[in-house]
Amino acid sequence: MQIQKTRKIEALTSNYAVAYAVKAADVDVIAVYPITPQTTIVEKLSEFVANGELNAELIHVESEHSALSAVVGASAAGARVFTATSSQGLELAHEVLHIASGMRLPIVMAVPTRAVSAPISIHNDYGDVMNARDVGWVIYIAASAQEVYDTVIQAYRLAERALLPVIVAYDGFLMSHTVEPVELNDEEEVRKFLPRTPRPYTLNPRRPVTMGPLASPDWYYEFKYQQVLALQEAYKIAKDVDAEYSRAFGRGYGVVEAYRMEDADYAIVTYGGAAYGNAKAAADLARERGIAAGVVRIRLYRPFPTADVLKAISGVKALAVLDRAIMFGGPAEGPLYRDVATAMYMSGLDKPAVNVIHGIGQRTMYVEDLYKIYTMLREGPRKEVVFMGVRI
Amino acid sequence: MSLPKATELPIGAVVTEPGSTRRYSTAGWRTLKPVIHDDRCVRCQLCWLYCPEGTIAEVRGVFKVGGKTYDVKYEIIYDHCKGCGICANECPTKAIEMVPEAP
Ligand code: SF4
Ligand code: SF4
Repeated sequence: MQIQKTRKIEALTSNYAVAYAVKAADVDVIAVYPITPQTTIVEKLSEFVANGELNAELIHVESEHSALSAVVGASAAGARVFTATSSQGLELAHEVLHIASGMRLPIVMAVPTRAVSAPISIHNDYGDVMNARDVGWVIYIAASAQEVYDTVIQAYRLAERALLPVIVAYDGFLMSHTVEPVELNDEEEVRKFLPRTPRPYTLNPRRPVTMGPLASPDWYYEFKYQQVLALQEAYKIAKDVDAEYSRAFGRGYGVVEAYRMEDADYAIVTYGGAAYGNAKAAADLARERGIAAGVVRIRLYRPFPTADVLKAISGVKALAVLDRAIMFGGPAEGPLYRDVATAMYMSGLDKPAVNVIHGIGQRTMYVEDLYKIYTMLREGPRKEVVFMGVRI
Repeated sequence: MSLPKATELPIGAVVTEPGSTRRYSTAGWRTLKPVIHDDRCVRCQLCWLYCPEGTIAEVRGVFKVGGKTYDVKYEIIYDHCKGCGICANECPTKAIEMVPEAP
């Protein structure tokens, strides 16, 4: 790979990669509250602000509910804002998630994902962010520290263009606390990529407006439908932003990533760093052993990239959807599975598809486990959800 | 009444005009509306007192009804009446009738 001289490569955790991206994006207001495994993001940002490397207002709040509320207020006033949370913190902020999206505020929030209580687990799965999947936020799930860095920058562009809040999620600990090489952009170039465009409405004493008013039955439904349209539009904007970013900085990901899918008979569809990395290794292993295996990774999770997912899986004989979250009591417990199944059903695509759940509370997923998914698919269709790696 | 479409409304439910609350009808969810039959009204003021929305107006003037003259009458402000029916329930002379809204 040819590296341009203006670019710096740093050894960073995904959490630090977020902090560097937020600094490059030149945010105005950051609300900080510590929760594992998110804490080191805001620690690094505090350092940047204390050192004068980032000219931002850093607000110490007393909870995640307050953190998101603080950035809602700052964003309403027109500031570029950032906050981060995980697990119980995201649950505590849940009420405000709806307010941020309903008010159409371009907030960017990082979520290194973590299992939710009870019992207490500080380890990784996607139970937290999946609880926030249907609240009108755009959700990216990144799979490397480099992608985390790039996605946070893309997120500001998407948020401010679509007027929607954005979550950038990635594996807690497995990515938030592990070091990878990250190529950093020139900050001036990032600022050119993220021009400050005036928003239609902000709090301004010279042009008073009311935000978050009462909407009686005559009005509420229309505003919720506006959000439906905005998320649909965000699908297109996300693709444009990724293409523009790729032109500007030489790295792009698309909204869905396909690995060895050109001639694949069997696919694992999944999200996040650990699941994707292991699935790729398992696909390589399966190919060595004579199975045409491939992996599809969902990078943009909300809005769901239906057309791209259907295109990626259109040629397979069977697929497995690997979830790292349990949504209890549904027709299948995996949230991504339900999305993929719905997408297939609505388009009339009829493929044998099994839901595999693994990696809950950071249960180790061995490459051999994921290889078994391919052999299972080859044996024939299975209807019941597979809880892989659990003692039963 | 024709209201704006989803695509015609300001993004995020922003109210862009100060003081526009005065024109904001909070009656859109009403299915039954109270109608006062003034000839049966004895001016006891109970409906005015009980209305939880404060949406019954006490109008001063000279009002000849049947053989009687009153210096007051009660009128419903339909922009804010939610159709709860409390007034009709409280009226001792059953002067208030709840009638269906036109769809
Ligand atoms: S129906 Fe209810 S809101 Fe309307 S005038 Fe009567 S008491 Fe008031
Ligand atoms: S309660 Fe009935 S009688 Fe009394 S003032 Fe109201 S309408 Fe008239």
